[in-house]
Amino acid sequence: MQQALSSQALSSQAPSSQAEIDAEIAEIKNDYERAGAEENQPRLDYAPYRSSLLRHPTKDLHHADPESIELFAPVFGHRDLGLPESDLTIQHTGEPVGERIAITGRVLDGDGRPVRHQLVEIWQANAAGRYIHKRDQHRAPIDPNFTGVGRTLTDGDGTYTFSTIKPGPYPWRNHYNAWRPAHVHFSLFGTEFTQRMITQMYFPGDPLFALDPICQAIVDPKERERLVATYDHDVTQHEWSTGYRWDIVLTGTHRTPMEEEDPGA
Amino acid sequence: MTLTPTPGQTIGPFYGYALPYPGDSELVPVGHRDAIRLHGTVYDRAGEPVPDALIEIWQADRDGRVPQVEGSLRRDGYTFTGFGRAAVDARGHYSFTTVQPGPTGEGAAPFVAMTVFARGLLNRLFTRVYLPVERTSLATDSLLQSVPEDRRATLVATPDRDGYSFDVRLQGDGETVFLQFPGA
Repeated sequence: MQQALSSQALSSQAPSSQAEIDAEIAEIKNDYERAGAEENQPRLDYAPYRSSLLRHPTKDLHHADPESIELFAPVFGHRDLGLPESDLTIQHTGEPVGERIAITGRVLDGDGRPVRHQLVEIWQANAAGRYIHKRDQHRAPIDPNFTGVGRTLTDGDGTYTFSTIKPGPYPWRNHYNAWRPAHVHFSLFGTEFTQRMITQMYFPGDPLFALDPICQAIVDPKERERLVATYDHDVTQHEWSTGYRWDIVLTGTHRTPMEEEDPGA
Repeated sequence: MTLTPTPGQTIGPFYGYALPYPGDSELVPVGHRDAIRLHGTVYDRAGEPVPDALIEIWQADRDGRVPQVEGSLRRDGYTFTGFGRAAVDARGHYSFTTVQPGPTGEGAAPFVAMTVFARGLLNRLFTRVYLPVERTSLATDSLLQSVPEDRRATLVATPDRDGYSFDVRLQGDGETVFLQFPGA
């Protein structure tokens, strides 16, 4: 049984077309709309994203009340970071190629409080849609002046800011002629370990968004749109870079006031 | 005010040059007098190792205290920060060098909090790694008791020569119990 499933899923049958993937996405969307129950996170079981087939739990997640260590998060500080890690355009001797952008926003917890002085990590492809990663085989140029990795700490208001280059879209092998919309990966910590999350930020108006099974695995359109940054002319800098704003909300916290180290916050 | 959390997304295949860092999986240096190893393999439904997963752990120190000190990204070899990160190797295997966490309260069962990320996994998964130091605390732990008996073992590490092994099964036979916290 298990063998059958794996050989079926991993067989070298012809890859699906975009039209077939679109039809699968549409069918799941229709089922979601008919069911009428709101979902705000991606489905783990989402067949149009083929790699999820054998890698999603089939049992329901088990309810747990967070305890002890789970009620706290690791602490990161200036000792953890080098100086230029939030500016991805100055990590080499020359200027990277592409559209220089700033991305800024706030990290909030589920109660709307800023997540202060906490680590934010990003990684992304270069302007041509190529990652430095050795497993990226896309035949687009590597930029010797761009690595695509950034780290920073939020400030006292929960705000982070990165300077970078707008990433390009890139092909992948989920189906025939599959392309990922341009995106930046974000890794976030909160004040409790239960808030740990990794997600992706997209750019407004990207025509690939609707075709991409990773985005579409968030079946609720209003929730999905929350991963799209907003162009913000106030973030754009005169004769320097365009600017995007993107706020992130983590899950709720659980520590009681007794456990809270800063109850006035 | 309660806000809806931003949706998660898969870590994708290309985190390998970004998230790992020198010393990430060594919460204490290899050879430290209290060092133990916590390691295992991540498997998919077919029983195949998952070669593109990232595991993070977060734990109390030997005395059961929750560390609240910086320095996880730049280890100094002396400060125990409680946080570790390990990308699996080509065989789906991860390995941490850490210390045995102490109980965080009277009679509490010590556990390591774990987060699992992988290509193909659309959102992170949380679990706990219980260390079977004394059976009595495991038998009274409220989370373990709330898990059906036939799945409980998926949350308990197995002692081995250097410490403990703990495999993660994303789907299928022996699927690991993954956790959902309120408000998520």
